[in-house]
Amino acid sequence: MTRITVKVDGSSFTDEVEPRTLLVHYLREQLGKTGTVVGCDTGNCGSCTVHLDGRSVKSCSLLAVQADGHEVTTIEGLSTNGQLHPMQQAFHEHHALQCGYCTPGMIMQSIDLIADNPDPSDEDVRLGLEGNLCRCTGYQNIVKAVQAAAAAGGAQ
Amino acid sequence: MTTTEDRPATEIGNPRLRKEDARLITGRTRWTDNIVLPGMQHIAMVRSPFAHARITSIDTEAARAATGVVAVITGADIADEQGALPNAWAVVSDQQAPVHPSMAVDHVAFAGEIVAMVIARTAAEANDAAELVDVDYEELAPALELRAAARDEVIAHPDLGTNVSAVWAYDSAESGTGGDVEAAIAAARNGGIVIEKEIRQQRLIPAFMEPRAIVVDPTTEQMTVWSSTQVPHFVRIFIALVLGIPESKIRVIAPDVGGGFGGKLQFTPEEVLTVIAARRTGKPCKYCETRSESLMAAHHGRDQWQQVTLAATADGTVTGLKVELTVDMGAYLGLVTSAIPLLGAFMYNGIYKFPSYHLGITNVFTNKTWTDAYRGAGRPEATYAIERVMDELAARVGVDPLEIRERNWIKHEEFPFSTVSGLQYDSGNYEAATAKARELFGYDDLRKEQAERRESGDPVQLGIGISTYTEMCGLAPSRWLGSMGYVGGGWEHAAVRMLPTGKVEVVTGTSPHGQGHETAWSQLVADRLGVAFEDVEVLHGDTQVAVRGLDTYGSRSLAVGGMAVLAAADKVIEKAKPIAAQLLEANTDDLDFSAGRYGVRGTDAGMTLAELAFAVFQGHKLDGSAEGCLDADATLDPDDFSFPHGTHLCAVEVDTETGETKIRSYVSVDDVGVVVNPLIVEGQVHGGLAQGIAQALYEEAVHDDSGTLITGSFDQYLLPGAPDLPRFETARTETPATTNQLGVKGVGEAGTIASTPAVVNAIVDALRPLGVTDVVMPCTPYRVWKAIQEGAQS
Repeated sequence: MTRITVKVDGSSFTDEVEPRTLLVHYLREQLGKTGTVVGCDTGNCGSCTVHLDGRSVKSCSLLAVQADGHEVTTIEGLSTNGQLHPMQQAFHEHHALQCGYCTPGMIMQSIDLIADNPDPSDEDVRLGLEGNLCRCTGYQNIVKAVQAAAAAGGAQ
Repeated sequence: MTTTEDRPATEIGNPRLRKEDARLITGRTRWTDNIVLPGMQHIAMVRSPFAHARITSIDTEAARAATGVVAVITGADIADEQGALPNAWAVVSDQQAPVHPSMAVDHVAFAGEIVAMVIARTAAEANDAAELVDVDYEELAPALELRAAARDEVIAHPDLGTNVSAVWAYDSAESGTGGDVEAAIAAARNGGIVIEKEIRQQRLIPAFMEPRAIVVDPTTEQMTVWSSTQVPHFVRIFIALVLGIPESKIRVIAPDVGGGFGGKLQFTPEEVLTVIAARRTGKPCKYCETRSESLMAAHHGRDQWQQVTLAATADGTVTGLKVELTVDMGAYLGLVTSAIPLLGAFMYNGIYKFPSYHLGITNVFTNKTWTDAYRGAGRPEATYAIERVMDELAARVGVDPLEIRERNWIKHEEFPFSTVSGLQYDSGNYEAATAKARELFGYDDLRKEQAERRESGDPVQLGIGISTYTEMCGLAPSRWLGSMGYVGGGWEHAAVRMLPTGKVEVVTGTSPHGQGHETAWSQLVADRLGVAFEDVEVLHGDTQVAVRGLDTYGSRSLAVGGMAVLAAADKVIEKAKPIAAQLLEANTDDLDFSAGRYGVRGTDAGMTLAELAFAVFQGHKLDGSAEGCLDADATLDPDDFSFPHGTHLCAVEVDTETGETKIRSYVSVDDVGVVVNPLIVEGQVHGGLAQGIAQALYEEAVHDDSGTLITGSFDQYLLPGAPDLPRFETARTETPATTNQLGVKGVGEAGTIASTPAVVNAIVDALRPLGVTDVVMPCTPYRVWKAIQEGAQS
């Protein structure tokens, strides 16, 4: 077992983990951060996307020990004082989700995307979300939502 | 309580933002895998790596001794306990099927079949120990290629002696719904046109984003089962029937469910085995499949060969259609595996009114993952066949493919129309949908551009694809289902409860997993009862809450389940009437119900439903002449299917040097009748289009020569990503259905049913001058390039 200290959604945690434990399993099983989900076992689907020190990572492709000393933000840490993050609000307003399983990862990746490119074209958004699969929406409303969040200053 | 004043004039047609979103965008979700119970144990499955083998021995000793392991269970251990998985649809009375065990005992029939399970303290320990289970197999020759299997060249289940499960046919001459198709074909061979085509409907995987998961808690008097399923009511009944547990002792909950698309319309081996594990150990047990397990062992879809013969006169008037289907069941019959081709059997005539029709189905076993429902279930296959063939007919006659359709389709003034396959289409307006699609698409300009590119020999050719579809959905009138051999019914149930505080609880037997029923049903009830949208709470997916129900599939939820909700709401209004009369000291004949309030005609006196609900809660002033309760239940069995239709137009650019296809524009005009929430409808269309386009261009479940699924992860099974799909332009026409009180039709499957042929027709249209008349799906760059090379040689 290895001792790690990770700040997750604003709180600091120190835990013993098996070295092979994936970050996503640490988040879900040890911290109860079940808002972050597992959709595949090959790093393709992006459902488990979180932020590590402010940049998006697939938490299934990182070991928990690699997060030692770092700061993780999950979908559960996005809204502040009951206020949705502009990206969450945009997903709601543009019907960018149906079953909602890919949504946490999609939102986390989209925030990272507009941080890099605050005024993305349709194509920019599609390419920026290439690593996140959605089976319900056909992506069109997701693209709309990301652009709307960008226009609303969601990158700030 | 929210006041009703700011309620819009009508909720029907209001693009309400979804209630469901609040939890889904913040991670406050309850997926089955999120459930953790005290003392909960984890299950790992051991699956066969071979498509066809005998199990000669299983050594569980090392696994049993591994740390954290509570039990290791093999098929032999539970042979007497596990029963057999059900098939609910015998398409013929002498349907052949092997016994379908949840865990193989001595014979495995597909790669991925479960042969043992490990129950351990943690998931990691269970997975580690599963690696230690030592299974010896004697490999047998697998039956893999569908048409060879149909000839019984290799037998998938030696005990069965044949691969043929069922042979079924519909013939318009025999059924009295039309003429003799053989005569039509013979006549067409003599001066008319005969188109013969062999079509491959490749095997697909539903690939819902949430892998299936099950938690079973056996620690109370009533066993609770959480499952990532579309059909919690089915699961409850089948646990009872298969395992001999009284139904009243079982509670099934489908909590948040991450997509289904038919893939979770199943009663699964994993559900049975998790119940057995919990029952045997007396502890809560959880099983969560990995994505590779899901792709390998959750049921697949499509997988047919279609032999199509179309007869027409020289001017392109269709005179008959003959279709022979060979359908891959895979290794076993699941819940409705056998009936998938049947659900398409009445749809091969599409929107057309030709006079003779014959359809034959041969259901065949192979040593592959079993197939079953996948979005559209039989109807995408039917629509693809007829729409591809209509394009070939247009090419033969030498007219625009839109024109050939118009020559043959049912005109709007001809509805209701009895089809050659024996259905009655209640309504439709193909002219209106097509005109609208044509305009949005810029059809004439694109045809002009196409001509220019052909003229200039542009290496990137433009193709225009058309799909004018209809489908039967809203499963289904119980009488029809019974007449076709299905064991269950097709009704739906709902309850509407007036709470003392004026809030309204709606209980639905449908089980949404992304479709937004919480929002749409709230709109239905707000509209009918005149209460605020925000005051309505929709409950579902728990057999202890939604006691009666038949769940969500087959584009049935609104047309059947939603209408049951309205029927229950109407009963509430009826039940409130005598109570209002009592409390208002008026005659019931003098009461009018409007905007949520009973008013005494000609006076200002009146009471809202909320006031009546509180008065009923108190009971102080009731005289006992009417039941002191406003709550109502309703069961609704639909009179008929609903028949959405529409016109889809797709423009593709095909690089003739590389074979690469790019969708340049896609217009879909769908007529799904009256729309409750246009936002949700548009979302359903988008998602449907994505899956239909994926069949045309990207997806295929591929097995190697030994029967191993080689598209066993998302690395190889190519779900389209955002860059792989175009922007869709969607629009609607609105021809109300006449078979339900609101005029609604289904929408969940329409996009998938319509889009596949639109895309492939476009590709073939682009390449027709190069001698190409077909491309096999999925139309990968290599296949398109190969078709171009072959076209050049021909």
